[in-house]
Amino acid sequence: MSDTPLLDKLETGPWPSFVKDLKRAAARKPAAKDLLRQLDRSYKDKITHWKHGGIVGVLGYGSGIIGRYSDLPDEFPGVEHFHTVRVNQPSGWFYTTKALRDLCDIWDRHGSSILNVHGSTGDMVFLGTTTDQLEPCFAKLTAKGWDLGGSGSAMRTPSCCVGKARCEWSCYDTMDLCYQLTQEFQFDMHRPSFPYKYKIKCSGCPNDCVASVARADLSVIGVWKDDIRIDQAAVKAYAGGELKPRGGGSPYAKLDVKADVTDLCPTACMKFDGSKLTIDNKNCNHCMHCISLMPQALRPGTETGATLLQGSHAPILEGAQMSWVIVPFMPMEAPYDEIKELIANIHEWWSENGKNRERVGELMLRLGMRNFFKAVGLEPPSQTVRTPRANPFFFWHAEDFEAEAAGRKYIKL
Amino acid sequence: MALDKPALVEFIYDLVKNAQGKKQLKAMDLQKAVLKAHPDQDKNSVKFAIKDLIDTGRCVYTYFGGSFVELPHEEGAAKKV
Repeated sequence: MSDTPLLDKLETGPWPSFVKDLKRAAARKPAAKDLLRQLDRSYKDKITHWKHGGIVGVLGYGSGIIGRYSDLPDEFPGVEHFHTVRVNQPSGWFYTTKALRDLCDIWDRHGSSILNVHGSTGDMVFLGTTTDQLEPCFAKLTAKGWDLGGSGSAMRTPSCCVGKARCEWSCYDTMDLCYQLTQEFQFDMHRPSFPYKYKIKCSGCPNDCVASVARADLSVIGVWKDDIRIDQAAVKAYAGGELKPRGGGSPYAKLDVKADVTDLCPTACMKFDGSKLTIDNKNCNHCMHCISLMPQALRPGTETGATLLQGSHAPILEGAQMSWVIVPFMPMEAPYDEIKELIANIHEWWSENGKNRERVGELMLRLGMRNFFKAVGLEPPSQTVRTPRANPFFFWHAEDFEAEAAGRKYIKL
Repeated sequence: MALDKPALVEFIYDLVKNAQGKKQLKAMDLQKAVLKAHPDQDKNSVKFAIKDLIDTGRCVYTYFGGSFVELPHEEGAAKKV
């Protein structure tokens, strides 16, 4: 009889199964074999048999290695230690085949050979090794120019979409920003000193292909300030069915510009009279719906940068939260001093005030947006009002009365 | 008065040592404790003093639902030999 009867059933379905993959690895690696056996046991017992955390790591680093142990080491000796190694991915996940072979060879030699390409933080994740193999594995990785990513209460490895490398909509060079931020915050990535994790994700446009608005403490989303560029001849070609919607990526052969584009505009800022498309750009909220449907007719404007949002996270101390606008528009050009300084200020405020395991978004809600802006030295712009007109109260501080008396202006011309 | 680097390293080491087994301290707890005792101490010097303790192996980072600075000790989760 098979050692893993419950897992075997997963192989019988119509979809490719991880069980098949692991069984192939199990032929060479005892760790993979015991991984399957322990998982099958967990399915029977309906509890996990992993113990997580601890003190394992490589010298000098507090991040990048996640300790994992079996609580049934005598029964499954191959996974007695099954530590995870996070390897900092290249920006945009571009690898050469040689680089991938190098990584696989290192992991075949020092670990279970099981990979997660990639983890949700973005790192290349090596799954399963023993404590004694961590330092030699790390030495080989660094010799090839790789480094560990972030884990624990630290800056996590920044990640980004492919940006200008492959995407015409990218409003800034996401890969460059991601790389520069990774270099700037090396200390905070490798030496955990925050109340909890801090993630940065960079998307080139509001389509947000790395889902930064839902998954990053700091979401950097490309945006434009001027008008959407329109090629009226191409709009006509879409209306006439000569061009396929979404560059052919839609099931529909022909676009009904009014029904599919202008009527679905969330701010109703577009009109199509059968021959000409007009956009009231002041009321456009940059949702990308029209641009995504008619990529040959519409393009983002040319005055580009990024919107910074803060605070998204999965449920931890509080419920799940989406990021909230803190800077409506920031030019994104090297050397990125403005964003680097802002991030450093955010870290200082959060480290000073945050409780253990409190994400920066939770702290922002607990202490208030007003305190946040004041502490990090940002002007509170109107775009940060999440639900305009929902709250009629305004809390005046003593300094507001003084500023009023001194002639403070609320609208800057 | 601000401490020089060797004195700061020892001050932080003592904080970690005295807390061992009683309270797990995060890097920020250490910084706050240093600044309480020595308000004019530069915050960056605290970071680098902790780095010194970690790089020399006198302290280690641990993870138990959050990252802490502790004295090296036997891994509790590992199989007892």
